Amino acid sequence: MSDLEPSGPPTAEPTARHTISFTVNGESVTAEIESRLLLTDFLRHRLRLTGTHVGCEQGACGACTIQLDGQPVRSCLILAAQVDGRDIRTIEGLAGPGDELTAVQQAFADQHGLQCGFCTPGFVMSVTSLREQSQANGRAPTEAEVQDCVDSSYCRCTGYVNIRKAARQALGLPIDVPVSLDSSSGQVSE
Amino acid sequence: MSTEPNDWLIGQSVPRVEDDRLLRGAGRYTDDLHVPDAAEVAFLRSTEAHARITSIDISAAQAMPGVVAVYDGASVVDRIKPLLNAEELRVPPGIADLDPVNKLQPAPILATDEVNYVGQPVAMVVAETRYLAEDAIEVIDVTYELLPAVIDVEAAQAEDAALVLLGEDDNIGVHVRHGKGDTDAALASAAAVITETFSTQRYVCAPIETRGLVAQQDPFTGSLTIWSTTQTPHRVRDHVAESIGLPVDDVRVQSVDVGGGFGQKGILVVEELLVPFAAHDLGRPVRWIADRFENLTADAHAREQIHHITLGADADGTLVAVKDHIIVNLGARNMVGLVVPYNALCHLIGPYQVANADLEATGVLTNTTFTSPYRGAGRPEATFAMERAMDRLAAELGIEPSELRRRNLITSEQMPYETGLLDRRGVPQEYDSGDYPAMLDRAVEMIDVPAVRARQAAEPDRRIGVGFALYLEMTGLGPFEGARVEVMPSGRVRLYTGAPSQGQGHRTVFAQILADTMGVAFDDIDVLAGDTASIPYGVGTIASRALVTAGNATAQAGELVRERILDAAAGVLEANAADLTIEQGIISVTGTPSVELTLAELIRSVPKLAGGSGSDGLGETSYFQPPNYATASGAHAVTVEVDTATGRVEILDYVVVHEAGTIVNPVVADAQVVGGVGQGIGGIMSEHLRYDENGQPITSTFSDYLMPISEMVPEIRMDEIVCPSPTNPLGVKGLGEGGAVGPPAAIANAVEDALRPEGVSVRSGPLTPGRILDMLRSAAVSQ
Ligand code: FES
Ligand code: FES
Repeated sequence: MSDLEPSGPPTAEPTARHTISFTVNGESVTAEIESRLLLTDFLRHRLRLTGTHVGCEQGACGACTIQLDGQPVRSCLILAAQVDGRDIRTIEGLAGPGDELTAVQQAFADQHGLQCGFCTPGFVMSVTSLREQSQANGRAPTEAEVQDCVDSSYCRCTGYVNIRKAARQALGLPIDVPVSLDSSSGQVSE
Repeated sequence: MSTEPNDWLIGQSVPRVEDDRLLRGAGRYTDDLHVPDAAEVAFLRSTEAHARITSIDISAAQAMPGVVAVYDGASVVDRIKPLLNAEELRVPPGIADLDPVNKLQPAPILATDEVNYVGQPVAMVVAETRYLAEDAIEVIDVTYELLPAVIDVEAAQAEDAALVLLGEDDNIGVHVRHGKGDTDAALASAAAVITETFSTQRYVCAPIETRGLVAQQDPFTGSLTIWSTTQTPHRVRDHVAESIGLPVDDVRVQSVDVGGGFGQKGILVVEELLVPFAAHDLGRPVRWIADRFENLTADAHAREQIHHITLGADADGTLVAVKDHIIVNLGARNMVGLVVPYNALCHLIGPYQVANADLEATGVLTNTTFTSPYRGAGRPEATFAMERAMDRLAAELGIEPSELRRRNLITSEQMPYETGLLDRRGVPQEYDSGDYPAMLDRAVEMIDVPAVRARQAAEPDRRIGVGFALYLEMTGLGPFEGARVEVMPSGRVRLYTGAPSQGQGHRTVFAQILADTMGVAFDDIDVLAGDTASIPYGVGTIASRALVTAGNATAQAGELVRERILDAAAGVLEANAADLTIEQGIISVTGTPSVELTLAELIRSVPKLAGGSGSDGLGETSYFQPPNYATASGAHAVTVEVDTATGRVEILDYVVVHEAGTIVNPVVADAQVVGGVGQGIGGIMSEHLRYDENGQPITSTFSDYLMPISEMVPEIRMDEIVCPSPTNPLGVKGLGEGGAVGPPAAIANAVEDALRPEGVSVRSGPLTPGRILDMLRSAAVSQ
């Protein structure tokens, strides 16, 4: 039995309905949904898992990042109907109420890697995914993997410096990136 | 202050109390609130930059499934007063003496007969869900008769320019001219004069959380509760009450967790009146959260300015005169009056001494989205012009740019320093404290100018350059902010203030101040900011003001409550109040360590105190009115390398030396500065909110509007100097905006320095690879 009791579509909703079953944060959920419902809206407003945030609904900002079958994905680009039979993990699934923060969450707290906190669940889920992947591979992530990971979301508050530190702490890398006074030749920006 | 100085929390990097909740996904942002039965709003917005509305037909929309109500201009025009951001539009007496133009152009709640920019609200649908509301928007039929649209700010000022707003005489919304001395005479006899046009492109705050609100009417009392992303909850309260005709006591605005603001959420827009109106009209909760398209196209824009600037100097580089004509693109209406134009004007000269100045600012209307302050509010734009011009003057005179700056700085011995101009309040502008030479010297040393020059000489094939930007910021805008401090029945202490946080860490920083002032434990303090029901008056978190105004109000209120506690405890303990101390929330009698009283014990006994003061409880409200601005300052220095084949600019080293008085929480303070630098880098490197020639916005998604990602912001090396402000008891200054002020000028200066061999002129941003290549090509053609 699940504690998560999803609410259903409004009666006026004109698109077709489906019944989907999947797991979220280890609990099984069965829900009636309409065809066009975004996964973000389903998670946030029907399951009331509001830790997953919406910053653009354009697939660009990363605030909505969750894990789908263990992989980080933008939940605003997925329809609820697509997750039938699959496994979802959101920020609420990391540390339960009263539990200790995970190593990734703790790293963000230690490094002051958040200000308003709106982008934070997305970054935490992305870094968590990289950490788990590197643990599974039995090797530390490469610098390029770390950069890709922190480049995957927008933060408008922090200027990223402390987010990078938090990611590096969480990934077991030296926290401070030395300032090299030479150009990084060959890297492409934008 | 009661505890020993070495126990003080002020000055310590206390970990933020906000973080645990936010990291668990347990934040409570506006769109997270579950308000049962809430209907949702979608807006039909103008698709034209300027047009007459010849007809609107909402009947099909009204018949759509799940639609609760549809409103057009005609249905609200007599029911909601048009929007005026009255506080921002007020002209203080001293400024009024300058005979400024400041046209009042109230924004129609929904357009009735004319639209003036793409994105302007035309109709509002309330439906069971946003999906259903958007379905209904699709079937509203509007016909437009196109009118000439004016997009370019210079063209808008032409004699025969079409009108942006029908019914006005011209396209000027704001104008003010102010100066000192005899600028023309000083320029005529100056040894060196440079004249140039520097401009800042339109870019936007774009917090990751967009604007939104939920409004709910109490079915029994008719009072309204509004949960909002606003930076200024009391202003929202007053405007909603006034515009829909409710007693102000019956409107409660609460800002919950807010996902960044940066100025965009600091001014009111019509949507913030329409949503509460709908909740009131329908007797049902109503929610609206802007989507990103609305945020980028129809919420406040910022920054667009042109500066026609002239500097004159003696042969040794001593500045003798500054002349600047500032053109500010206001968008379709004068929404915030003199705020940005005058802020730019009175911060332009910054840390330099100049005897003669002639400064003019013109706010011009165009058929584009209205504009608002954005972090720095005119200072990044003014600093871009002034600091770029200083580099030109240095080149003209053959003086090292940092040395030219050094020769013209106001010194710490001259503090407090009167500039001879009027500040934003219309009183003589006085810098309270600072040490600009020390700040610059530190930055020069850290970036190591001689080493950069040596590298330029040693590696002539590479394009490396160094640039500086110095600025100052008059922080702590009045007129007041308040704090209410109360001992709760549990013995914990609550602080209420009107200045909410959008990520700045008020719950932590204000609790540090209160813990020190009252002698209670930090962990026993809860800070609740931005609820109009908890404190009757407030201004909000804008203009680098919260720490100065709310911080000092907190200290004042804490001091008063501490006295109340000691008086009450004296009654309970039958001791003399002068013999009592309070530490970590425990009251004891000096010399009698066995007698102790906790706050919980005390508060329980207060109502029972026979012959007590007659006051119930232990609480006080206090308002702090800053007597002057607390002037913070900063020096940014940067080295860059430009790849002339690709046009790519790489930041090699970025240094910030800043001065913001007493620092309450160093980690939080540094992070505010770095966050600002990130936004400044975005502004100069990639962000550009663009329109086509018909006034259609063409950067309406995050895939077109390019904000910085992590790899665009380098490590920032920081240092600080401390000059506590004499304007307030805590000695603090604001620093929320400062970080964003320096990067555009510093980076542009470094890029022009790097490309000096090519003769490139950098007059505006963004410095994207494409624009750098264009600059290189036009420099090649003209050489
Ligand atoms: S909300 Fe999904 S990427 Fe922005
Ligand atoms: S902390 Fe505010 S957007 Fe990242």
